Parts: sequence; structure tokens; C-alpha cells
Amino acid sequence: MTAIAENFGLDIAERDALKRRLRAVERGRRLRALALVLPLFLFILVSFVIPIGELLRNAVFDPSIRANMPQTVTALAAWDGKDLPDEAAFAALAADLAAANKAKTIALIGKRLNYELSGIRSKILVSGRKAAQLTQGPYKEAMIGIDKIWGERETWAVLKRAGATYTSFYVLDALDLGLDADGALTPTPAERAIYVTVFMRTLNISLTVTVATLLLGFPLAYLLATLPTRTSNLLMILVLLPFWTSLLVRTTAWFVLLQDNGTINDMLQALHLTSEPLPLIFSRFGTVVAMTHIQLPFTLLPIYSVMKTISPSYVRAGRSLGAGPFYAFWRIYFPLTVPGIAAGCLLTFILSLGYYITPALVGGPTDQMVSGIIERAMNSENNWGKASALGGILLFATLILYFIYNRLVGIDKIRLG
Amino acid sequence: MKTLPWLCAALLAGVSATAISVPKQASAEDTLTVISWGGAYQESQRKAFMEPYAKETGAKINEGEYNGEIAKIRAMVESKSVTWDVVDVDTQTALAACAEGTLETIDWAKLGLDRSKFIGGDIADCAVPNILYSTVIAYDTTKLKPGPTKITDLFDMQKFPGKRALQKSPFVNLEWALIADGVPMADIYKVLNTPEGVDRAFKKLDTIKKDVVWWESGAQPPQLLADGQVAIASDWNGRFFDAVKKDKKPFQIVWDGQAPDYDWWAMPKGTPNLDAAYKFIAWSSQPGPMAEQTKYISYGPANKDAGPNISAEVLKDLPTAPDNMKNVLYVDPQFWADNGDQLRERFNAWLSK
Repeated sequence: MTAIAENFGLDIAERDALKRRLRAVERGRRLRALALVLPLFLFILVSFVIPIGELLRNAVFDPSIRANMPQTVTALAAWDGKDLPDEAAFAALAADLAAANKAKTIALIGKRLNYELSGIRSKILVSGRKAAQLTQGPYKEAMIGIDKIWGERETWAVLKRAGATYTSFYVLDALDLGLDADGALTPTPAERAIYVTVFMRTLNISLTVTVATLLLGFPLAYLLATLPTRTSNLLMILVLLPFWTSLLVRTTAWFVLLQDNGTINDMLQALHLTSEPLPLIFSRFGTVVAMTHIQLPFTLLPIYSVMKTISPSYVRAGRSLGAGPFYAFWRIYFPLTVPGIAAGCLLTFILSLGYYITPALVGGPTDQMVSGIIERAMNSENNWGKASALGGILLFATLILYFIYNRLVGIDKIRLG
Repeated sequence: MKTLPWLCAALLAGVSATAISVPKQASAEDTLTVISWGGAYQESQRKAFMEPYAKETGAKINEGEYNGEIAKIRAMVESKSVTWDVVDVDTQTALAACAEGTLETIDWAKLGLDRSKFIGGDIADCAVPNILYSTVIAYDTTKLKPGPTKITDLFDMQKFPGKRALQKSPFVNLEWALIADGVPMADIYKVLNTPEGVDRAFKKLDTIKKDVVWWESGAQPPQLLADGQVAIASDWNGRFFDAVKKDKKPFQIVWDGQAPDYDWWAMPKGTPNLDAAYKFIAWSSQPGPMAEQTKYISYGPANKDAGPNISAEVLKDLPTAPDNMKNVLYVDPQFWADNGDQLRERFNAWLSK
């Protein structure tokens, strides 16, 4: 460097000044570039990163017991969990319940504990009313007298666990698991265990829809890519028109078509193909059909745009070298379309995982997917912890699938055109 | 690049500071959000209460609909962002939400009404009785001949084939299942209060599960009946009444096993328009408007003074008409206030399988 600087006849001071100026210009440019991406960065931060962070935190963060039963939580800190806690813990419990009864926060305690001990909600409300009447000890007998749940080790174990600010309860519950009195992992009782079933169902429906859109979309994309422009443009409009129509409108249209007295059933009966209406609506079949219809363009368009870039001379060359029509298609054309297939299928599969409206309207109770269960947890059970846990698990499941997919197909191979 | 996080933090702080410092819109006393159950019922309230009240006082009323989800009220109060001023609730919600402190306690003096004049007025402290409705079943007389006459017929798939429309809730459905399983009317809640009783009710529901279309909004069952999608449907009696009266549908209500309950006006705790809410409830609870409402829907007004103003024509369609009261399922709202959450959870799990 020094030699070159000397060659240009610059002394050290001039060289440093030049360097500084260069740095200043560079910094200005970098700031301008930053200012350009800043709005986008902020948008992603506010509308994406923070909400997802909040969601993930909600799945494990629950201070409701700590906030509403502070004395009991403190008293239980030293409890070893082997036997019933001591008199001091019972006194703290009575005081906390009485205070919560007065502050009308007792229902929050009941709500939280009821998640783990089904049916305890009303007992806690009653215990609160009665604990408010207690004036002196011994509280242990008094509380067990009010309700025998306070004489059970499991109630206290749940209370101690729920007293921690961070809990694994919601995530475990969303996987149909729970902890028993000794803190060992146990499966949820069969009449309440549904989440694993629902997750498997969600994957199953998404996969079926993906395969169905591929089987329908691939030949159609091939047709569109190989027809003369005038005809293919017309056909393209037929693909795009429904694509531009609102999802709700298309789902409602399927609702009308699939009904027992709907167009399809009427037609089948008029043609004497069936004697009574087929159960098309409120079924898995209806859900998959409606979802396939909605997702078809998402699978088709990436495949189509990749096919457009494939030169017909490749297949022609293959044919001229003696390959049969199928062999040439399968060994030359098809491998070239794989990036488009990969893109389309991934898009459809991931979008399908989050379907909510279509299964809710066209499906029966046994066709509801995870989104439907999340909505129910939020709107009709007010259990945001569970909703967050389910959402978090769905997010991680999607990421894991994406990772496997990346390993199998290679994300760099994906092309949208 | 190190400045980036700081810049973001500063900007964010600025954004949130602006959001907070925007002056809260002066709570105009005459703006009110009223939430009810939609459909024919809300239409009757609109004609009898909302529109005349707005006309008389110049108040502006925004309406909304819900399907009775107590969780929505809870979420609003817990997050301290109450946007509903007056909500029409059923009894179990009135009791449960009152006990957990998510509803304002009613100050009857402020309301200027005599609590003893209201049927059921002493049941809940956080709500004003509004109407008496009933959950019933009905069928299309042109499609089922002869039609069902007993609530047990709902479970008789041999005699009355075809789909059923039932509310997507364990409420009343569990009771009906027990009646159909042979439990005497007087023992329903004794049985339902035991785990075995709940199992028994679900087991009975299992027998018709595959033939049930579950509805969430009260406007759906008359539609499902009219479309021929179901043979027998449950709903609140006023919804069938409306379909018969307004749309001339050939529906027949089966009053056997009807499950009467009250609807109430309630105010979520912390509503910013408390005074306006009180005024609206007080106005709507007068005998005049309450009798007016019976012209549009067959629900019994809770204000006893409204009774003499109801026409005989309407009286026979009310759940309280003597002919309709021969075999009544008296719903235990306290049971549902205490056990509703876990039964709904169990019901939802049962549905999804």
C-alpha cells in the first residue's frame, strides 16, 4: 500500500484525508440504503416478528396464579410435594381465596386451575365464598372441610406448578400430554385428547389437497404451456378468474353446490344415478374438493411458468435420438418441471395447513383443522395460552416440514418461473 | 449497522407514544354499542327498542351480533378494552360472568325500575331480565307426516328418519339426551351432576351423532329445515315463529320438553358508556316497548306490567301459554354457570372425534 501511495505522490496526511472522505461517502450511501429498507424492516418487525414472538411467549407465560394467589405461591415455594403442605400454606390459601373473592378475581384462579383439574372451577368459587367467612385457624381442617379437593396432593401439585410464571402446561396440553402429581409425563384422558388427532388430520387434508391439485394442475399447465398463445390465453383467463374471486365467495358457492338438495345431488338423482342424496356437504370429501378448487391455481401457476421456459427443442432432440414419446417426456421434460412442481406443491401445502373458513363451512365436526381449534380456543374458550401453544406447534411443524422438504428437494431448486 | 436497533427502538417508542398520546375520543354519552343474537330476535329488538329509542333521545346505536360466547366478554374485560356497552346474555352467562366480576352489578335505583316487577329479577345481580324464550324442536309438516310429538322422538331414528339440526353446545342437548334415555324430568340435574350421568348423556348423543348438523347461529335452523337439509331442528322458539309468520314456512313447534330460559341485558365491566347503557336498558325495560316487541317475536316480556298489553293472538305462541307448558324442562342455570366451561370443552372434544 505504502509503495503505491508513494507512487501516486501522496503523503500520509493526504492519504488519510482521502480515506476519511471515502468512508464518509460510503457511510452516507449505507444510511440512504438503510433508510430505504427501514420502512419494510419496521413493518416486518411490527406486524410479523413481534406478534409471533408474543404468540410464542403466550404459550409458556402465565402469571395469573402468581398474581392472584401471591401468599400461597410463596408458602408453597418450600413444599417438597411429598405430603400435604403445612398449616401455613393452608392459611395462605384461605387468605388468598378470600381476597380474590372480594376482588372478584377468583374466577381467574378457577379458570386457570380448571384447565388442569376439570370441574374444579365451581369448587374454587365456592371455596372462595366460604373462605371469606373464616376468621381463625386451624385452616387445614377448615379448608378440607369446605371441599375435599384441598385434602388431595394433586390439587396442591397443580397449584405449585401453576404458580410459576412460566409453564409447560399449554404446550404439553396441545400435544395431549400432562403432568401428574409427581411431575411425570402422562397422556391426557381419552375423552379430552383431541389435539394429536387434529394435527394429523390437518397434515392429512393438506397432503391430500396438494396431491389432488398436482394431479389436476400438471396436465392443465402442460396444456396451457403448449397450446398456441391465443387459445392458451383464453384458458388462462378461466384459471385466473376464480383465482381472483374471494375465498369466501368460492367456499359459499361450494356450500350451495354440495347441499343435499343442491345442484350436484339434484342432478345425480335426476339422472337416476343415486336414489337418495349423497352426503357431500359437512364431509371430508366436500372439504377436500372445495380446498382443491381454491388451491389449484397456486399449484398450477408455478408449474406453468416453469414449463413456459422449457424449450421444445430438448424433447425434439431426444425424440430424434430415438426416445419414445413417453420416454422423452419422462426423462427430459418432466425433470425440467420439477422446480415448478416443488414450488407449487410447497405453496399449496403450507397454505392448506392454515385453512379455516372452508373446513368450517363445508366440513363436518370431524373435518375441523388446527386453525378451527385455535379459533375456538380464543373465541369460545378464552384460553389464549392453548391457542398460542397450538399456533406455536403448527409453526414449528411447518418449519420442520420445510426443513425436510429442503433436504429432499432443495430450496435453491425452487423456481416460480 | 450497530445503530439500527437503537433507531428502531427510538422509532417504535415514538410510534407508541403517539398512539398513547392521541386524546381518547370524548365518550359521547349518546353513542352506544348494543350486542345481541342476530336474526329475527335482534330484528325485533331493533324495531321495539333500538330504533324508537334512538328516535326519541337522538342517541346513536351501533349494533353487533354474537352467539352467546361468554369468552368474548371475558376477553374484553380482562384486556381492559371494553367496546360492548350493552349485551344480551342468557342466564348461565349472567350468573357465571357476574361471579367472576366481568359484568357491572345492576344499580336498580339508578335504573329507576322496580326489581320485583320483573320475572326472574332476583336470579342474577348483574343483569336485567329482558325476555323469556325457550329452546324447542320443530319440523316441516309437509315433509314429516305424522310429525314428532315428544322430545324423545328427536332420538328415534327409526320412526323419524332424517338429519337433525342441534345447537353446537352441550346446553339443553345433554338434558334432552338424558330424557330420551329414560331419566325422569325431575332427576335430570341430579344425574347430570355426576360423571356417570355426563357419560350417559354423551352415550345417548352418540346414537344420533352421525345424523346431526350442528348450528351456531340461531338463524341457521329455520334455513336448514326450509332447505330440507334436516328433518328436525332445535332452535329458540321465536326463530321458528318468525319463519312461520314472516316467511309462511310450514313449520310446527313441538313444545314437549321445551327448555325455557331468560335473556338479560347486561353491561361488561368497565364500559366507557355506562350512563348511556343504563338509560338504554331502563328505556327498553318499560312495559310499552316490551309489549311492542311481542308483535315481532314470540318471547314473553319479563316486565310483568307488559302482560296486559299483549294480544291474545301472540299469547298462544309464547312458551308460557298453558297448552305449551305440559312437559317442561326447567333449565338449571346455576348448574350451567358452574359446569358450562368443562362441559363445553368435553363437548367440543367429543365433536371433533
